Amino acid sequence: MTASPDPTRRRAPLLLLAMSALVVLAAIGFMTLGAKGSWSFVLPFRGTKLAAMALVAYAVSVSTILFQTITTNRILTPSIMGLDALYVLIQTTIMFALGSSATAALPHSALFLAQVTVMIGFSAAVYAWLFSGRSQSLHLVALVGLVLGVLFNSLSSLLHRVMAPNEFVILQDRLFANFNTVDTSVLAIAALAVLAVSAYGASKLRTFDVLHLGRESAIALGVDYRKTVFQVLIIVATLVSVSTALVGPTMFFGLLVASITYRISASEKHAVLLPLATLTGMLLLIGGQLVLERLFAFDTALSIVIEFAGGIAFILMVLRSASR
Amino acid sequence: MIAARNLTKAYGAKRVVDDVSLDIPRGGITSVIGPNGAGKSTLLALLSRLLPPTSGSVHVDELDVATAPGDVLARRLSILRQDNHMTARLTVRELVEFGRFPHSKGRLSTEDAQRVDEAIRYLGLEDLSDRFIDEMSGGQRQRAFVAMVLSQDTDYLLMDEPLNSLDMRHAAETMKLIRKIADELDKSFVLVLHDINFASHYSDRIVAMREGAVITHGTPDEIMQTGVLREIFEIDIPIHELDGRRIGLFYR
Amino acid sequence: MAKSCPVLPHFALGVLVVAALAIWSVFVGVTDMSIGELWRSGWNDEQVQVLIESRLPRTIALVLAGAAMATSGSILQMLVRNRFAEPSTVGTAEAAKLGFLIVLLLFPEASIPARLAAAAAFAFLTTAFFMRMLRDVPLQSTLVVPLVGILLGGVINAAASFLAYRYDLMQSLASWSNGDFSMILRGRYELLWLSLGMTLLAYVYADRFTVAGLGENISTNLGLRYRSVLTLGLIIVSVSTAVVIVTAGMIPFLGLVVPNLVSLTMGDNVRRTLPWVALLGAGLVLACDIAGRILNAPYEIPVGTMLGVIASGLFLYLLLRKHDRLT
Repeated sequence: MTASPDPTRRRAPLLLLAMSALVVLAAIGFMTLGAKGSWSFVLPFRGTKLAAMALVAYAVSVSTILFQTITTNRILTPSIMGLDALYVLIQTTIMFALGSSATAALPHSALFLAQVTVMIGFSAAVYAWLFSGRSQSLHLVALVGLVLGVLFNSLSSLLHRVMAPNEFVILQDRLFANFNTVDTSVLAIAALAVLAVSAYGASKLRTFDVLHLGRESAIALGVDYRKTVFQVLIIVATLVSVSTALVGPTMFFGLLVASITYRISASEKHAVLLPLATLTGMLLLIGGQLVLERLFAFDTALSIVIEFAGGIAFILMVLRSASR
Repeated sequence: MIAARNLTKAYGAKRVVDDVSLDIPRGGITSVIGPNGAGKSTLLALLSRLLPPTSGSVHVDELDVATAPGDVLARRLSILRQDNHMTARLTVRELVEFGRFPHSKGRLSTEDAQRVDEAIRYLGLEDLSDRFIDEMSGGQRQRAFVAMVLSQDTDYLLMDEPLNSLDMRHAAETMKLIRKIADELDKSFVLVLHDINFASHYSDRIVAMREGAVITHGTPDEIMQTGVLREIFEIDIPIHELDGRRIGLFYR
Repeated sequence: MAKSCPVLPHFALGVLVVAALAIWSVFVGVTDMSIGELWRSGWNDEQVQVLIESRLPRTIALVLAGAAMATSGSILQMLVRNRFAEPSTVGTAEAAKLGFLIVLLLFPEASIPARLAAAAAFAFLTTAFFMRMLRDVPLQSTLVVPLVGILLGGVINAAASFLAYRYDLMQSLASWSNGDFSMILRGRYELLWLSLGMTLLAYVYADRFTVAGLGENISTNLGLRYRSVLTLGLIIVSVSTAVVIVTAGMIPFLGLVVPNLVSLTMGDNVRRTLPWVALLGAGLVLACDIAGRILNAPYEIPVGTMLGVIASGLFLYLLLRKHDRLT
């Protein structure tokens, strides 16, 4: 990275433009290819799906990049630390404790707020542990995250078994959403939440760049470190809640997006990284869905394919980090 | 006698051990010295069938190392390498008992138990015998492993850098112990040593290696000479005589 | 060896506790049953029927599966030389599932032994491949082994899910993934006796596995045929895992937690620890099954779910306790 900044600076907008064009192409293809029946049905149906995918791509990509910035490593992601498994557990616990009718009576926003609060608390605890020096290695942290995910999942399925069967059906409807059954009211709330944290975060892009340098440097450069990290954790927890509410846990999607982004990006500035990651995520989701659904007629296999590719990418990254 | 003939180990085009023919007689201590990457450890691994040679042969007395059954050879020759990283949690006694594995296959006879006791006593580990290896210091652990190969009761004991990771006191104690075992129990040792002065002090023979080949061998007095050492290490080491022992001063 | 004598009374006590659990397990369930009642009703036919057809097979299956999975973990930890190895952290379990799936798709007519052999072979090859991979990559930290192993399992699982999804076999895959003994009946668990054979085999060769745990160099020095011991151990683990998965479903992390708990107090001399490992494995599975039947009666919570919570909690504890010794 010792090259003069000029070509880099020129390349970044070009890359963003090219990626945007690809995403638009994929979106148009997704909306129009292989449509049967009336457009008045096809367009809103596919439009909702497209909006959901774009929102998820945004939420997962941005939350992963920001999480990796504050942890200053490229292996950990919110999903690997078990954050989305925790989302499922919280949902399940609320339903279990209050029952479905009481839960339904609660306002969506209050529920969402409670949710996000718990997740912020959890990620702050993980974060504090990560930098308390008691965690000797990144591998320990990642392994603890994976096992925590298993623990949360097991606890959730334990509660599923114990709860009344009809409650479970309602819960299942809420938890195991996919792109084909997006709830438009959830979509609206999700969009609002994403908009809010994005507006909040947009003003801090340059501060995030400083965080990238690591804790000591950031403090030396006069950043209010604790406060900023806490703000980032709020953004991350909100975004993870949004994406999990929309499509359920996605183990390796964020990791895949982030590693591709770092590879193709010429700049380490968040003003470039975040849009680029979002576009990469959208291209993967929308383009992937387009190819699988229209070309191969595999309907909902995309998540499995992403899991497969992301898992292999992760193994390679761990092995590279572990070999001397 | 351990007899190596035209022993070669190659990784691709790189010959780590290159056409070595060497006789190591029965009895006493033979030290292998040489700079880093000379092939000392590889030679030891080849002699003890831990590595298969690319070509050439090794005989331990009448046994051909390539074809002799593993357990027959394990009653004749033992090998201790430097990196004894161990995940299994065993007590000192359990570890030493496994030294009898080639003889007993796990079912200890009274004679086996006796040998185990002797080995533990010989290394002064009586008080530690029920402690877990992973809870002991580096020096104690090293002694436990030596006790294991000792209880194996072989004629030949090969050790790759037995002094590695030991402080001065423990290094000297270990060398004294090896000398004592060689003399009292009539065992033959082959040691890879880094420190030429330890080799000079305690060995009966020194084998010098460089770039995969044995370039010379002889008594400590023959090897510990400025000219010979320059050939091996490519530095000038003044030799002093102290109480009849030759010391190389390579610190300056 | 000689030292095992003073622990014998403890072991007898352990056997008694597990036997009590087993008897309890026989008499817990939807159809109420007690020894007293059985006696009074003069061994009433219907109840004896339930006992022979369902209750006894279930209890036997629990004991055999628990012992086999705990033993498999113990052996794997020696072979891989890593504290955190067990069938679900080195890819064995997922590979066995994929193996079953592929046989089911390619040869739907294959007999059960043939399916089992194929799944075990798959598990064997995958684990061997994983160990091979570990040999080639010098590792900084012992934690990389379970980390990569769990991920490898995830990747294999994704492939299996893809196949299962395409060919409408998700239900089979789900039943292999989560240990559940509620469907065990006479005639549907007998394969598990094979896993008992494997457990006994592991005990016969216990000393060799301990020596293998000391590493290839020391094993060779002691005249052990290291490769043969590796192969034998992997066969024991693969067959046990495949049998348990196809009869009841995977019991996750049992093979990790139990041997580690035993090792904390007794060390790793397999000859000495293996009886305890098998006993504790059986006891833990029995206890979880009983709890799963009582907690939410008349519904049942599968053993896999109960153990998922307990074992992943214990796994975390093992990871986070002063783990300097483990790395």
